[in-house]
Amino acid sequence: MNDQTVSTMSAMMALVRRDLIIAMRERGDMLQPVLFFIIVVSLFPLSVTPDKTLLMQAGPGIIWVAALLATLLALDGIFRPDHEDGTLEQLVLSPHPLSLLVLAKTLAHWLVTGLPLIIISPLLGMLMQLSGDAIIVLCGALILGTPALSLIGAVGVGLTVGIRKSGVLLSLVILPLYVPVLIFGAGAVQAAMVSLDPQPHLLLLASFSLFSLAFCPLASATALKISVN
Amino acid sequence: MAEFFNMGGYAFFVWTSYAVVAVLFTYQFLSSRAQHKKLISQLGAEAEHKIGRTNKS
Amino acid sequence: MTTESLNTSGRGKKWLWFHRFGSPAWVYGFANRWAMPIGIVALLLFVVGLYQGLIVAPPDYQMGDSYRIIFIHVPSAWLSMFSYFVMAASAGIGLVWHIKVSDLVARSIAPLGAMFTFCALVTGSLWGKPTWGTYWVWDARLTSELVLLFLFIGYIALSNAIEDRRTASRASAVLALVGVINLPIIHFSVEWWNTLHQGSTVTKLGRPSIDTRMLIPLLIMFVAFNFYFLSAVLNRLRCELLSQERRTQWVREIVHG
Repeated sequence: MNDQTVSTMSAMMALVRRDLIIAMRERGDMLQPVLFFIIVVSLFPLSVTPDKTLLMQAGPGIIWVAALLATLLALDGIFRPDHEDGTLEQLVLSPHPLSLLVLAKTLAHWLVTGLPLIIISPLLGMLMQLSGDAIIVLCGALILGTPALSLIGAVGVGLTVGIRKSGVLLSLVILPLYVPVLIFGAGAVQAAMVSLDPQPHLLLLASFSLFSLAFCPLASATALKISVN
Repeated sequence: MAEFFNMGGYAFFVWTSYAVVAVLFTYQFLSSRAQHKKLISQLGAEAEHKIGRTNKS
Repeated sequence: MTTESLNTSGRGKKWLWFHRFGSPAWVYGFANRWAMPIGIVALLLFVVGLYQGLIVAPPDYQMGDSYRIIFIHVPSAWLSMFSYFVMAASAGIGLVWHIKVSDLVARSIAPLGAMFTFCALVTGSLWGKPTWGTYWVWDARLTSELVLLFLFIGYIALSNAIEDRRTASRASAVLALVGVINLPIIHFSVEWWNTLHQGSTVTKLGRPSIDTRMLIPLLIMFVAFNFYFLSAVLNRLRCELLSQERRTQWVREIVHG
């Protein structure tokens, strides 16, 4: 009887809390994308050049590509464990709108995987010789852009969750859709590096994220319903 | 004639691009027609096989 | 009561022609009948277009004869975009109204769209070498085409990876719809990025008037490509219909007849 009185809002809150608790229990898993992020970025000076000016030029792009790959790597965790233990079916069957529940799960996933990337990014910006302003812009761009990465990624995982081995497939499906985030995000930092106004880039990035916020949960919910059936 | 094939010195670029398109379009067309033929005969054979079995039993 | 029944019957008649497109047997018959004639029309148009484009049209005063690649590049690029939109629309119709034929149309278009995108990329870079001096320039249109190719590849990979055919077409329909919403945004972002990085160094074909002897072959080739596309879709659709419906009565009748 209690179930009927649970509002959608509190269901969403409960879902976020649950996912965060699970993530805290396995803190090692949480660290992996961040470590991957750091390692990938530090491979570039070794492979391209340690030259300061060149690193400054390529830095924003490298950091963004690495952030994108790190997000992609952690993406499967958003629905796959729940699919394997049957929780996902419960969510699909619940009386609450699935798109909002998906939104809650995406939020939890972003808190666990996106936020650590943002926190560590100033350090990587320093490694890439970015200026102080550029590092601030980098953080801002990541704050505005990574939600879109998680939201679009959730659609991709929703589509591929029924497939046993979906590693590369997920990247094929998702990466082309990440192009606008990459362009606006890296563009903002590059603009800040040459003392141009990064605001247009940031606004475009924010509007893309808001747009994803409006559409992606619906698409992921549809995708999940198809995959779970 | 030689002038035509020479394409004002751009022969390689012009003819390669036309060749790529021509080969892909022709291959696509022929292969899907061949696939159709194969499907018809394959499905026919399957049906024969089934009828043969039901007759025997 | 009587008026109501009259009304519904009238509506039924009006929609009769439309309903046929939902019937696999009827669509198979249609595709079977028209694939070849349309293909022949395309072939004739290709012959005329190639004659006009390669022999009649004069060389360009700036680009010489290399501009003749445009006669196949532009229609390929058009069809690559057009087929993505048609594929997404068809997949979307299949997803919402559960029309099997619509799903199969989308499935038939996907490899064709990838082929046209590939052709547009190859011809674009072969045109770019004499014009820009390198095979690949990160120009907005070529980059958009490249992303479009990735979108097609993702769609094909997803629909091939899911074993159950119905789930596969429904899942890939969602992807196609997400892609089609994203495509204008991707296009805009690539253009934005390109103007920031390249400025106006890449000159486009923006000349006020184009010689009619050049315009005519372009138009003929354009129509020819579209006819080819239609014929190829029907050809592929026949195969998809047969293999999807292999256990139905109408397929048995066709196979034996």
